[in-house]
Amino acid sequence: MIKIRGKKMLKNVYKRLVSSFVILGSFLALFAIPQHAYSEESQYFPIASSRVGPYSAMGTGYYGAQIDYMNYVNMNGGVNGVMLTWQECETEYNAVKTVECYQRLLEKDGQRIVVFDTLGTPGAYAVINRMAEDNVVLAQYGYGRTDGADGRVWPWVFNAASHYWSQIAVKLKFMAEIEGGIDKMAGKKIVHLHIDSAYGREPLPAMRKICEDWGVELIEISIPPPGLEQQSQWLQIRREDPDWVTFWGAGSGMNSTAMTNAARVGFPRERMMYVTFGAAEEDMYPAGDSAVGTYAVANALPGDEFPLVAAIKEQVYGSGKGNLADDSRVGSVYWNRGLGAAVMWIEALRIAQEMHGKVGKAVTGAEFRDGYESLNMSNERLGEIGIEGMVAPFSISCENHEGAGKFAVMQWDGEKFNQVTDWEEPLDPAFIRSLVENSAAKFAEENNITPKDCNA
Amino acid sequence: MDSQAQITASAKSLKKNDYINLFFLMVFGFIVTPMIVTSDYWYTSILIPWLCLSLATIGQQIVMGYTGQLSLGAAGFMAAGAFACYNLILRVEGLPFFGALIISGLIAAAIGIVFGLPSLRVRGLYLMVATLASQFFIIWVIDKFGWFKNYDSSGIITAQDIVIFDRAYTSPMDMYLVVLFVVVILTILAMNMARGSTGRNWMAVRDMDVAAESMGVSLLKTKLQAFAISSFYCGVAGALFAFTYLKSLEPVAFDIKLSFKILFMVILGGLGTINGAFIGAAFILLFPVLLNTIGNNVFHGAIDATIISALEQVVFGVLMIVFMIYEPLGMAKLWENLKTRIKSRFSKD
Repeated sequence: MIKIRGKKMLKNVYKRLVSSFVILGSFLALFAIPQHAYSEESQYFPIASSRVGPYSAMGTGYYGAQIDYMNYVNMNGGVNGVMLTWQECETEYNAVKTVECYQRLLEKDGQRIVVFDTLGTPGAYAVINRMAEDNVVLAQYGYGRTDGADGRVWPWVFNAASHYWSQIAVKLKFMAEIEGGIDKMAGKKIVHLHIDSAYGREPLPAMRKICEDWGVELIEISIPPPGLEQQSQWLQIRREDPDWVTFWGAGSGMNSTAMTNAARVGFPRERMMYVTFGAAEEDMYPAGDSAVGTYAVANALPGDEFPLVAAIKEQVYGSGKGNLADDSRVGSVYWNRGLGAAVMWIEALRIAQEMHGKVGKAVTGAEFRDGYESLNMSNERLGEIGIEGMVAPFSISCENHEGAGKFAVMQWDGEKFNQVTDWEEPLDPAFIRSLVENSAAKFAEENNITPKDCNA
Repeated sequence: MDSQAQITASAKSLKKNDYINLFFLMVFGFIVTPMIVTSDYWYTSILIPWLCLSLATIGQQIVMGYTGQLSLGAAGFMAAGAFACYNLILRVEGLPFFGALIISGLIAAAIGIVFGLPSLRVRGLYLMVATLASQFFIIWVIDKFGWFKNYDSSGIITAQDIVIFDRAYTSPMDMYLVVLFVVVILTILAMNMARGSTGRNWMAVRDMDVAAESMGVSLLKTKLQAFAISSFYCGVAGALFAFTYLKSLEPVAFDIKLSFKILFMVILGGLGTINGAFIGAAFILLFPVLLNTIGNNVFHGAIDATIISALEQVVFGVLMIVFMIYEPLGMAKLWENLKTRIKSRFSKD
């Protein structure tokens, strides 16, 4: 009896052993499958996407556009014949996972990434110190560490197009215009309602200084992530009865909840200013009628009438290679923003090839960085690419990694965003710049970094 | 008496084997691994976070698996340890790294004692809710008072380099060795505590606290001791996690999700086992990475990337359920069963 049971047990053990070896073996076999080999020259890009979780609307649109544009470039012969390859990794907008993704994507088939884009301030902070060592450009398209705009301290970090301090300054300027001038701002009250993370606090240093100068009372109210619960914060806002609310949220859920709560406590939506990462169609739709009238700013305007957007829709989506399941999102805010970012990568790659005599060849991180720093997106150049008007014209230099520093104010009408202002810069760009330089200098001093001499 | 004799007997018979196993593991960890693993990715993204989280899981294991106190705040203590370590190195001139590491563990332990106090009055799920406060409170304090972050405007600060005896340990392999060294020492300590009288007190409290008390085990001392040691482990793990893996300090990295993950690592690995902490940490941490790699390499282009990302989470969830159904005692038990069966097979013939 015992023997039989023993045999049975043994059989089970073998079964389990065999099945686990089969599983293990098949995993190994999967990795052993050779990657698609490219006979021609190729340049490898990382896609550290965030397609699941509360921030999925942002991630699918933004990274979808980058993949769509790379497909489009490949379909039209690549960059001087250099084909673009990429690999994707899911970060879930999580700083810890972003680090893992960065390491995983860093090299593929012996080629190293030249640029990294986390689409998230927490993720950007998590990898920012690895850039100089690894020779990778951190392209923060309108997010991330603000003092990265000082290229002398942060040669590998860029935040074109336009950082959060310029953004908050443009917003305050817009408010002052509506109130009838800066002198009328004294005694007004602004609530900065933000997600409780580095991203939510990022604009505060500039905002506090400007509010102090103008005599505006600034009240900071934070919402713990993911921000779907905002009852108490809005009750506090009703008690405070501010003139304006600057909303710094992330994720469609949080962004739409704020508008429905504002409607509930009767706070006028025409007095709310949304951050770029709440300024998308996907953030507005869920709130329905409560969203009508909300102001938001853009660093890349939505719209599918731009020639490049139309061309991608026709060529990439026409041949069934589009990355978005729903092609009506082509031309939406997040998609166009991703396009703006991808255009900069490819343009930088083109310049880098020319600068270093590597036309038709892959470039290294250092060469790509030089190309990125030499970007000069005049209106003519933007027109040639086919996105004139979608982004503000800008150029990047050794000192200034911010680019245009301009934003356009939009207002939601229930179905779409309408542009309210042209590309606006802060009232005093030099003041914002001095804040950036002070902050960067402080960082350089604390970390024993000798700022780069840009005139050398 | 009988079982007591058995325990001593098995402990004795285990001893020799243990030393041999330990020796081979050490050789493998300290000599073979650095020789065969050359990819930075493996050090920085797999081995280092795995070891750090395993250490935190041992901490959670002590309070939950051994002492039976449901607590949910491991990430909070990790944050406390990480920020304590940062501030100690920043503000105390000439303090060696290991000194800072130990003191930050002690600071976390002190906080752990305070938040362990409710365990003297409430138990079970209610205690879990009470300890949840530690998670939010610690993160809130760090966020609220700029001093902890050295008044950095953005709230994310860069961790200093690890310097031991004037040598900077900055390369991935160096940092792996530092982490491995700390984890090995603390793991051996934990195993000895669990096997010794300390561990027996913990388990007595876990199995029946009234009986334990009537036999002269002080509940106050035992519970608070478990909380303190648990928090010490979490604090050290947090400091290592921030200094070697993240290389930056940010309260958000230590959010409630991480606490839950560590809880799952304990449950999936096996309650009341030390090796379960390592197995559980490996499963929870590395399996999503594996799934994501497979998803992106194999199905790249074939299926919509958004669906792949969502599918990975579904597969992971299903696997967790399957494991819980087939082996509720955790993966350590699975491993144990396999070992005894193979052993009995050889000893019989």
